[in-house]
Amino acid sequence: MKILVCISNVPDTTTKITFTDNNTQFNTNGVQFILNPYDEIALARAIELTDGGNGPVTVINVGEVNTEPTIRKALAIGATDAVRINAKPHDAWFVAFQIAQYIKANPYDLILTGRESIDYNGSKVAAMLGEFLDLPSVSIMKKLEIAGDHATVEREIEGGKEVLSIPLPFVAGAAEGVAEPKIPNMRGIMSARTKPLIVIEPVEVKTFSEVISYETPAPRGQVKLVPADDAAKLVSLLHTEARVI
Amino acid sequence: MSVLVYTENSDGKFKKSTFEAISYARAIADQNNTSLTAISIGDVSKDELALIGNYGADKILNVSNEKLKNFVNQAYASIIAEAAKKLGAAIIVLSNSFSGRGLAPCLGVKLEAGVVDGAVSLPEQGEGKFRVKKTAFSGKAFAIVELTSPKKIISLTPNSYKIVETASKASIEDFSIDVKPSDFAAVIKEIVRSTDKVSLPDADIVVSGGRGLKGPENWGMIEELAGLLGAALACSKPVSDAGWRSHSEHVGQTGIAVSPNLYIAIGISGAIQHLAGVSSSKVIVVINKDAEAPFFKVADYGIVGDAFEVVPELIKAIKEYKASA
Ligand SMILES: Cc1cc2nc3c(=O)[nH]c(=O)nc-3n(C[C@H](O)[C@H](O)[C@H](O)COP(=O)(O)OP(=O)(O)OC[C@H]3O[C@@H](n4cnc5c(N)ncnc54)[C@H](O)[C@@H]3O)c2cc1C
Repeated sequence: MKILVCISNVPDTTTKITFTDNNTQFNTNGVQFILNPYDEIALARAIELTDGGNGPVTVINVGEVNTEPTIRKALAIGATDAVRINAKPHDAWFVAFQIAQYIKANPYDLILTGRESIDYNGSKVAAMLGEFLDLPSVSIMKKLEIAGDHATVEREIEGGKEVLSIPLPFVAGAAEGVAEPKIPNMRGIMSARTKPLIVIEPVEVKTFSEVISYETPAPRGQVKLVPADDAAKLVSLLHTEARVI
Repeated sequence: MSVLVYTENSDGKFKKSTFEAISYARAIADQNNTSLTAISIGDVSKDELALIGNYGADKILNVSNEKLKNFVNQAYASIIAEAAKKLGAAIIVLSNSFSGRGLAPCLGVKLEAGVVDGAVSLPEQGEGKFRVKKTAFSGKAFAIVELTSPKKIISLTPNSYKIVETASKASIEDFSIDVKPSDFAAVIKEIVRSTDKVSLPDADIVVSGGRGLKGPENWGMIEELAGLLGAALACSKPVSDAGWRSHSEHVGQTGIAVSPNLYIAIGISGAIQHLAGVSSSKVIVVINKDAEAPFFKVADYGIVGDAFEVVPELIKAIKEYKASA
């Protein structure tokens, strides 16, 4: 089984988000970039599903050369090979379109993404890929089992879950529960350097969205402390002052 | 150039987030002096459908057939896209629910439309520009996104737009289109819904527990507190990682992002990744025995104390408040 895992390069979760140039640019100064946490889950599941050499796990990233450390990390974790489409990931449409072109020329049995990237939180690439390729897609997948040419997938729904049976190939965004992220071992790290990473140029595509500027949330006022033995005071404040109960 | 809103139902009932989406779509229709059509798919009673009119839709397209009873991403997206084409709708609004997250990107591709996911306020329009504010960096910031395509898709973050009731009535029209068989490739085997629980993403009040609660056996008081307040339950990541609670309760940067009116954090330190997913809550209450816990810096109200003493007291106080109200 050939599995393609789409990965993105995102600011570390501890990053304090700030902006420059009149709030039009994300300030990457001093920011550590990591493999998107949900993509790690997708990758871990892909490796589990192909354990014993049952087909390659390719990782693909749309990004400029600065994303290569993250791609090498994915190779160290256990991906077989990697593809980088050499372009700035303008928006989800752009990214999904580029990856779809690649898949049309190089078909896979299963295409995984993370449920969302932790920078723009769009949850869009999986479903857009499905649409571009005319394949079924599941945006927030909590469980993935494969038997023969069908998968059993659990999808998150409000207040519960839905169990689906989907024929391969399809596209799905992995969330927690699908697998535990894998930590690269020494052998993985060593071999990552020599695993194939091919770079291809993007195709031209129109895009329809543009980030104009950013805002940071308004800071909250000083916390009002209530004595530990006066829970009634808290209830009264929530009722009369905050008006939330 | 009308506006179309997809009215999601759950087991035949519309949710609060659906009414938020209709109210929001109505406001966009008003901005553009145009009409608002709603589309409902599934098995929804006429009485329930009539509710849509209360929030400002002019017309309701009702798509009802056995195969479409439950949500099928590809098929639903095809139907909504066809309806949009038939109506000449230029702006399509839906809720950024779990299902909405699957639909919006499919609609974008089908209609060659730009998509804003997770919008938090009305578009700013003028001079041919169309800009929408959305959450970014998992709640640590907002991005203003400009859509440059003639057609636009907006999915609205639950709890970010106030429901507006109007006195109007909407006409109901049956609507049907042929859906291609490949749109039904994914087959639903089972739906498991815990009906007694409040759904987390669109809850008004969320009661959340962290590692400070020591173990799953101590969640009784958390559940009782949530029950009294009609709140949904949530937890920090280590709590779900340890299997004390299900992953579906995990909030934060790598969990569910919530923006309730009231978020009560009990025994949670307030790590940056946790705050990312909860900081857009309107009011935050923190109960923690450590006065230096970072969560107090972003809280509106706080109690420095042992959760095992404070929470039972709080439960008592709420019972008294309810009895007197
Ligand atoms: C990549 C990555 C992603 C992450 N994503 C998330 C995420 O999405 N969501 C998330 O929550 N975390 C996330 N984390 C983890 C995060 O960094 C913190 O470790 C986590 O939020 C801490 O959980 P906690 O507050 O429950 O536990 P702790 O940090 O252990 O805090 C427990 C708190 O309980 C208090 N306490 C102890 N006993 C009592 C008592 N008897 N009464 C009252 N208070 C008490 C303590 O004072 C302390 O403040 C992520 C981490 C990484 C590296």
